Amino acid sequence: MSDPRGQVELNTFPRLLMHHAQQRPNRPAMREKEYGIWQTYSWAEVAQNVRAIACGLAELGFKRGDRLGIIGDNRPRLYWSVAACQCLGGIPVMMYQDAVAEEMAYVLQDAEIKFVVVEDQEQVDKMLEIREQTPMLEHVVYDDDRGMRHYADTFLLGLDELQAMGTAHDKNQPDFLDGEIRKGQPDDVSVMLYTSGTTGKPKGVCQTHDAFIQSAKGGCQFDKLTENEDILSYLPMAWVGDHLFSYAQAMVSGFTINCPESGETVMTDLREIGPTYYFAPPRVFENLLTTVLIRMEDAGWIKRKIFAHFMDVAKRCGAEILDGLPVSAGDRLQYWLGNLLVYGPLKNVLGFSRIRVAYTAGAAIGPDLFRFYRSIGINLKQLYGQTETCAYVCLQPDGQIKLDSVGKPAPGVEVKLAENGEILVKGPMLLKAYYKRPDATAESLNDEGYFLTGDAGFFDEDGHLKIIDRAKDVGKLNNGSMFAPNYIENKLKFFQHIKEAVAFGHDRDFVTAFINIDLEAVGNWGERRGLAYSGYTDLASQPMVMQLIKECVEEINAQLASDPMMADSQIKRFLILHKELDADDGELTRTRKVRRKFVSEKYAVLIDALYSGKTEQHIETEVKYEDGRQGKIAADLKIEEAKTFAPQAAKTAA
Amino acid sequence: MAREIGDVILKMEGISLSFGGVKALTNISFDVREHEIRSIIGPNGAGKSSMLNVINGVYHPQEGQVTFRGEVRRDMEPHKAATQGIARTFQNIALFKGMSVLDNIMTGRNLKMKCNLFHHALHWGKARAEEIEHRKKVEEVIDFLEIQSIRKTPVGRLPYGLQKRVELGRALAAEPSMMLLDEPMAGMNVEEKQDMCRFILDVNDQFGTTIVLIEHDMGVVMDISDRVVVLDYGKKIGDGVPDEVKNNPDVISAYLGTSH
Repeated sequence: MSDPRGQVELNTFPRLLMHHAQQRPNRPAMREKEYGIWQTYSWAEVAQNVRAIACGLAELGFKRGDRLGIIGDNRPRLYWSVAACQCLGGIPVMMYQDAVAEEMAYVLQDAEIKFVVVEDQEQVDKMLEIREQTPMLEHVVYDDDRGMRHYADTFLLGLDELQAMGTAHDKNQPDFLDGEIRKGQPDDVSVMLYTSGTTGKPKGVCQTHDAFIQSAKGGCQFDKLTENEDILSYLPMAWVGDHLFSYAQAMVSGFTINCPESGETVMTDLREIGPTYYFAPPRVFENLLTTVLIRMEDAGWIKRKIFAHFMDVAKRCGAEILDGLPVSAGDRLQYWLGNLLVYGPLKNVLGFSRIRVAYTAGAAIGPDLFRFYRSIGINLKQLYGQTETCAYVCLQPDGQIKLDSVGKPAPGVEVKLAENGEILVKGPMLLKAYYKRPDATAESLNDEGYFLTGDAGFFDEDGHLKIIDRAKDVGKLNNGSMFAPNYIENKLKFFQHIKEAVAFGHDRDFVTAFINIDLEAVGNWGERRGLAYSGYTDLASQPMVMQLIKECVEEINAQLASDPMMADSQIKRFLILHKELDADDGELTRTRKVRRKFVSEKYAVLIDALYSGKTEQHIETEVKYEDGRQGKIAADLKIEEAKTFAPQAAKTAA
Repeated sequence: MAREIGDVILKMEGISLSFGGVKALTNISFDVREHEIRSIIGPNGAGKSSMLNVINGVYHPQEGQVTFRGEVRRDMEPHKAATQGIARTFQNIALFKGMSVLDNIMTGRNLKMKCNLFHHALHWGKARAEEIEHRKKVEEVIDFLEIQSIRKTPVGRLPYGLQKRVELGRALAAEPSMMLLDEPMAGMNVEEKQDMCRFILDVNDQFGTTIVLIEHDMGVVMDISDRVVVLDYGKKIGDGVPDEVKNNPDVISAYLGTSH
């Protein structure tokens, strides 16, 4: 696409930004809640700030091709730093803000970062802590100066001062920055995103301006996104999803990014903003639903009755109405009434009143969970993609939603299956390379230029892609039948009482599982029954809770039994873990996916106990607290047998 | 450190306080300098809370005099203390449980509200502008204490540690030059204590507020205080910088209970 005057091609992010600043200078580009009030920054203001930051960085000695580390919550000034870095032909590298200092040290070293922009004192402290290990680091710029008065270190600089420096610089040499922006090319690397590192050390994925702009454009056309959209940006900036949805798409279509006040206020902010376009991993949708269900349980009986009745109506016809399928007049009337009494107010509470399009990705979403949102009239869809493909491979088209598929290949993307079922993709959104890892780059692309996703899947009769599991996770039970751990875990995790599950079964006679209960949901359930407990470990060991989870597991077994492919994957034995799986202990990735191998090594004695027929096992585990201290949790875990069903008996049992 | 400890602003001389036959405080003298963090420690019943109550005028000592910013008097009235810029928090939280965090902190602005009841009741004229200004101040406090997410939550529904923080917020909203904190960390876990310490230090650092603090936990006190007074059975047994006090044999015996 070229400028109406046929001058500049809008093929890099800085050019897009300057274009918006000219075309829609007064439209809101970003909002941020400060002192309880939403503050708006127009496109013109954003451009001005970005210029200032860019010139300030240049003044500090930032050169083309340099990497700029960016660490913090979703703050406007951090997004501006991303754009500023791109203006100078640099490569922004966002890092997960809750990572511990050593993890950051790895990225800083790997990407040879000399400049970082951080949010606040907390992150500055981390930089100071790892300074010895990262001799490359020359400048640390901080956004929020709170608590920074006594930091005399010369390599620290406030973003305010940097901007002041930059503004002066821009005044003296107004052509400098425009010249830098002109030098930018669409196939320059625009960003480096680190993979979560489910296996091995994280790798830096280099993406170009072109890749992200093409992906964003494709997505915007697909869902007819305009400059009028509002999105709430609350997911980590280091995650590809945020970079595509909040940054790239906003830059392409000129819509508004809203930054929440703090991590804890997202629910309130969501309600106040009422986004029209929303993105969240299944976990967030799950938590929202759990909160709703908990609150419904506390409501009076009339409200509970009304809720239950209209949820049944919604289940029956809500999704069909949303998809524009024929529905009887009676059901339509009921649904209309339900919208008035239940769905409307519920959507309002959740902040979904204005939603036009909502997406979920990152993990499989439970069919019931997915259906719940669609049935109350939220156009929730699934997409499929990974860091290496700008999170842009498959999208579900409006009106063609299937619960267990991820939709059709997105515009411009080619998808095919390898012989072993692995999904291969090709298109403009593919990574340029892994940073300094030609070996890994070569490994991830085949001879025809397809990217190997590592996921196993198949196309259904309508050409929708279905994902089964990670190709390498799919294993076999000893009797030769397929074992897809993710598939089973996802089913378990849909119960509001189960937060996390890890299933085992590869090269074994039967399937077993570790369960993490959901402290909030089970705690509430227990309180209602007069159960006293002192914390997670205690609650998890209560016989009543064990019984509750056992019922969940048996329900899953009944479901599995009805599917001929999965009937052998029924869970025979399980236990409830004594601690929550935690990223700080290395059990989950920062995107909260289970590190399967690590968990099975760490808890090998528990797995042995599951397969050896023991009914109890003692375990002691080291844990890291948030403040960095170490502690120990010890417990005697009970191992429970769950009822399994013969494949043919499934119908009656379920 | 940027903040500089200034002159003596509060001087207690020969304070004695008794309730009937019970002598709560006996002939106690100490002073507080501007911008410092001054702690009063001592075992249970040592007279720490009584001392705070004498400072802000809830109790009237039978003997001795209090000098605050050059003004000498036997005793102080609580409302006078408040108008002179002394705010306090209480050992057993004294918030309005049914009101939101925001409203509770807003009550801390009460003394600064100038409009009359009539204007306020109608939310009219000057009262409007005034309220906006106060709300802004309150929001700054909320931001400072990082309690944005509970802004509209009724205080009664909050856990203890957060309630303590809200109480600190209310005291802060009055923009005091001196704050009296009565066991701000009692009943907290380690993490909550660390948070609270950080907030106290930040308040002291950012706003230069002089802080007089009562605390049980010796470790906490020694870490954050500039000077410490030690009371035992209503008598002063130690006074000085933390290291001095730590090595004072009287203090050690009072805390560890060795025979005198």
